[in-house]
Amino acid sequence: MINLLLFPIIIPFLFAIVLLFFKERIVLQRVLAAVGLIAALAASLFLVYTVKQDGVQTITLGSWPAPFGISMVSDMFSALLVTTTIIITLLVVIYSYTSTGEAREHYFYYSAILFMVTGVNGAFTTGDIFNMFVFFEVLLIASYVLIVLGGEKRQLRESIKYILINVVSSALFVITVAYLYSVVGTLNMADISVKIAEIGQPGIITVIAVLMLIVFGIKGSIFPLYFWLPGSYAAPPIPVLALFGALLTKVGVYAIMRTYTLFFVHQTDFTHGLLMVLSILTIIAGCIGALAYFDLKQIVIYNIVIAVGVILFGAAQMNESGLSGAVFYLLHDMLIKGALFFLIGMIIYVTGTSDLRKMGGLMKTHPSLGWFYLIAAFGLAGIPPLSGFIGKLLIVEGAFQADHIWGSIVVLASSLVVLLSVIRIFIYAFWGEPQALPSVERKPYRGMMVPTVVLVVLSVLYGVGTEWLLPYMTDASNVLLQPSIYIDAVLKE
Amino acid sequence: METLITLLVGVLVTIAVYLLLSKNMIRVILGTAILSHAIHLLILTMGGLKKGGVPLIQGESGSYTDALPQALILTAIVISFAVTAFLLVLAYRTYKETGSDNLDALRGVNDE
Repeated sequence: MINLLLFPIIIPFLFAIVLLFFKERIVLQRVLAAVGLIAALAASLFLVYTVKQDGVQTITLGSWPAPFGISMVSDMFSALLVTTTIIITLLVVIYSYTSTGEAREHYFYYSAILFMVTGVNGAFTTGDIFNMFVFFEVLLIASYVLIVLGGEKRQLRESIKYILINVVSSALFVITVAYLYSVVGTLNMADISVKIAEIGQPGIITVIAVLMLIVFGIKGSIFPLYFWLPGSYAAPPIPVLALFGALLTKVGVYAIMRTYTLFFVHQTDFTHGLLMVLSILTIIAGCIGALAYFDLKQIVIYNIVIAVGVILFGAAQMNESGLSGAVFYLLHDMLIKGALFFLIGMIIYVTGTSDLRKMGGLMKTHPSLGWFYLIAAFGLAGIPPLSGFIGKLLIVEGAFQADHIWGSIVVLASSLVVLLSVIRIFIYAFWGEPQALPSVERKPYRGMMVPTVVLVVLSVLYGVGTEWLLPYMTDASNVLLQPSIYIDAVLKE
Repeated sequence: METLITLLVGVLVTIAVYLLLSKNMIRVILGTAILSHAIHLLILTMGGLKKGGVPLIQGESGSYTDALPQALILTAIVISFAVTAFLLVLAYRTYKETGSDNLDALRGVNDE
């Protein structure tokens, strides 16, 4: 089963193509999308098991020897990310059944989702820098379709901005790849790492490192480059927003973590110092935004920015605690952001508004929604038995080991702000006097509740089962800590 | 030769940035097109502009030019072509919907 690591990419791709043929048959679309994702989930779980047993899995397409063909590499880090991606997408698809509306489902909605998953999984798995660019474009073009699908005025307006920002950042990505190619003369990531080690990271490589930070920083929304995110993410409907919030920025974060642990490891003072300063500023900017709004969507969107900052702060420490904390927190954040967007989607569905000041007293009418929201909010803030705790603990521990006390104080203080921002939603929406709910005829929201409950329960299990997950996380952070494992796996022949 | 092309790329990027910062939607899209021209030229230059045969194996030419950047450019061209087509249709649709091609008229965010 040497092709195993391609299955999580190819299966959604094939199903996306098949779905193109049944535009009008919504039930078939729904079933096939779910079936495809379940098959991909099975493949990716088996992939995690295989990577755990046999170490890093690699395959070079077309049987060309390693630096000459395109390598696909699945280490524990990317295998776990692929699995989480597929879980979240599967739940988003199920959530979409009741919340998207048939008008959108008629126009290749599920195909676009599956194409996007293809791109995300490909970007997580590839071992070739230009191939990563191509997979970025696959996921970006699918996301353009998803963000504009429906054609409301607001969506049109925001998607123009979103597409322009991404066109510019893709152009910068190509420029960076061109510079890197002219310096090292190769595109294979393991080979690039070897070549950079041979020439000992001269100044031009540091320039390229900063360029990569800019490119992936635009995708992953770090401090001065996050300006596009709040507007664009507020435009599409909730399931698409959940998909974007849980997956897209994390691809940028993954790319930063991969390049900064594999390529640019010889002069970490400047590059990783810069990454650390920017991540702290990202956290602060996100905190300001999360407290500033009375809009449900904006509060959670700014929480994405905070989480990106926390993950990159952990990654910038370059020690064992910091990196494994970053891996823990990255997976936690994908799950919990999906869950939070699902939950606020239901609150908006029930109350008919996303303005906090116009709602109240939902605890009396929708108690189960309230309790699940509370669990998710505590999980996001990192209350100990829940999922956000261990990642942040390790990140702070790593920062203390690396003597970055101020940074870790900011991270800890940001937890309070995060908690305050999501509890404010709880207080405004669930406590107080019940407001008159809009009396339009509505379907029950049970169809949305099921995937939400599954996701919240998964995040709780993620927190409770930390001990059981630890060996997987250790494998993931070991590859990041020791690039030689990755390089040997790719260039072994 | 590389210096000359690099200067040209610099000029193209300057024009592209100027156009991207303008208010007219079509000018902005033209800016993205010029930006993609610039980066394609840049890939070609960064691969080296040494003299050599076209990379087609026929007969015994001494050396060939680097074939890899050409494949990269071909990929980047079709991607930017697709994105530009999408962007043009989106601009058309936005014009139909809002009746304006001025990007300032597309603000309308009611922040508190």
